[in-house]
Amino acid sequence: MTAALALLRRDIALAFREGGAIGVALGFYLVVVAIAPFGLGPDLNLLGRVAPGLLWIALLLAALLSADRIFHNDYEDGSLDILTMGPLPLAVVAASKSLAHWVTTCVPLALLAPVLGLLLNLPIDTIPLLVLAMLVGTPAVSFIAGIGASLTLGLRRSGLLLALLVLPLYVPVLIFGVSTISAAVTGPGSPWPPFLMLCAISLASMVLAPLAAAAALRTSFS
Amino acid sequence: MTFSLNTLANPSRFLSFAGAVIPWLTALTVILLAIGLYQAFFVAPVDYQQGDTVRIMYIHVPAAWVGMGCYALIAIAALGTLIWRHPLADVAAKTAAPIGAAFTLVILVTGSLWGKPMWGTYWVWDARLTSLLVLFLLYLGLIALWQSIEDPGRAGRAAAILALVGAINLPIIKFSVDWWNTLHQPASVFRIDGPTIDPSLLTPLFVMGAAFFALFILLHLIAMRAEILRRRVRVLQQTQVAQAALS
Amino acid sequence: MLGLGPHASFIIGAYAAAFFALGALAVAIVLDDRKQRRLLADLERRGITRRSAAKRRPAAAPTVTRTAP
Repeated sequence: MTAALALLRRDIALAFREGGAIGVALGFYLVVVAIAPFGLGPDLNLLGRVAPGLLWIALLLAALLSADRIFHNDYEDGSLDILTMGPLPLAVVAASKSLAHWVTTCVPLALLAPVLGLLLNLPIDTIPLLVLAMLVGTPAVSFIAGIGASLTLGLRRSGLLLALLVLPLYVPVLIFGVSTISAAVTGPGSPWPPFLMLCAISLASMVLAPLAAAAALRTSFS
Repeated sequence: MTFSLNTLANPSRFLSFAGAVIPWLTALTVILLAIGLYQAFFVAPVDYQQGDTVRIMYIHVPAAWVGMGCYALIAIAALGTLIWRHPLADVAAKTAAPIGAAFTLVILVTGSLWGKPMWGTYWVWDARLTSLLVLFLLYLGLIALWQSIEDPGRAGRAAAILALVGAINLPIIKFSVDWWNTLHQPASVFRIDGPTIDPSLLTPLFVMGAAFFALFILLHLIAMRAEILRRRVRVLQQTQVAQAALS
Repeated sequence: MLGLGPHASFIIGAYAAAFFALGALAVAIVLDDRKQRRLLADLERRGITRRSAAKRRPAAAPTVTRTAP
């Protein structure tokens, strides 16, 4: 357990130290949301209606663009080889690295979302629910991205390929994440049923995705 | 003659099996397609609501059966690669992916052309079509992964993992799309099969279904044979280079 | 011909699209199959078989002369 925690702490520290990695993801999120009105028109009613979907989609893209970082740095300098031979099960290694991605990429994105929501005329009393839904749903994003990162390890154009492979798997997260906020914005219905589905998907991903990621890591080595 | 998957595990034996079966299967496919198309156009009655456009169903629905069945085949082949290490499992999976993608594309295009006269738009985000679109994207992902990894062994195992991840996700995706669709459904419910399927419409449907199934197996066998030969050719070309270098 | 109703162009379009898509798939697969068989026959004619590495040294002369006129 302490070994897994040590690995987690190391990855988080490295991500913060790696100049600009988190900042770039936040900047990308801001830029995408900022240019959206130029494409959609400045009508606040329209923007307010599409805000939940737009905020979630831009978050998914920003998280995916940082996803090949999950294993890549350690793969490059050989630390991943050492980790596969070490005492930790490879699934725990994959889980720890996915969790590090969640802490260093998805959580900051989720915390930036309120500001961007205001840009898109999201009602201010739905903002706490927005942050909560994103914090609860993004573990699924990070852990499924971990599967994609392990499958595309070391390949050319791995960023684009990873997005192509992983985005269809995000459909449930997107549907329930957006529905949670839309239900609070426009009604009808309560936001809690889709919210609970979001919790379930995140929990299931945290358990199952590392197994697939570990199997995929082994294919890159054997 | 009893054969199991193990009998066909030997590539050479598979090649001779394929060579024997393919001509008969071609004839069967042509006959079934001829009967099915004749029934679709001349025998099947006109639907009282949709008119003649219901004839599109005779391509759309059988293509859906094959498109979805093909993914099931790829998932089973993925288990074969990862668990039982069947030698031809990754060949089966690799060759099935483009075929499944093509059949799924047929579903989407015929569904779109069926939709335009029915409710005026070329695309509608109903639960069925949307789930099939996601299935098409999963096929594209598999094809992209196969093309991106050079080592066939690694490619086979990676694609198998992706296929299984997709297979596990498909029920969840289907459930969430159904849920999403009921949330956004307008008052009238459109069902692409039409309200009911009259029994007299069923016979052409099953004949076309059998024809598409035969077509799928035929194309898959030919593609598997081509893939096995391609691997042999590559090995022989490497031997040729080695011989030339040493002589 | 049979009257296909007011939406005949859609019906024909759907069948044509399916025919072309599946036809292109079938053509691509069959052409690939023929190409591989041709390449394999070509290599075997030149005497390179899967066992050729083993008999390379002693059989070097006969395999070369087989293609000589």
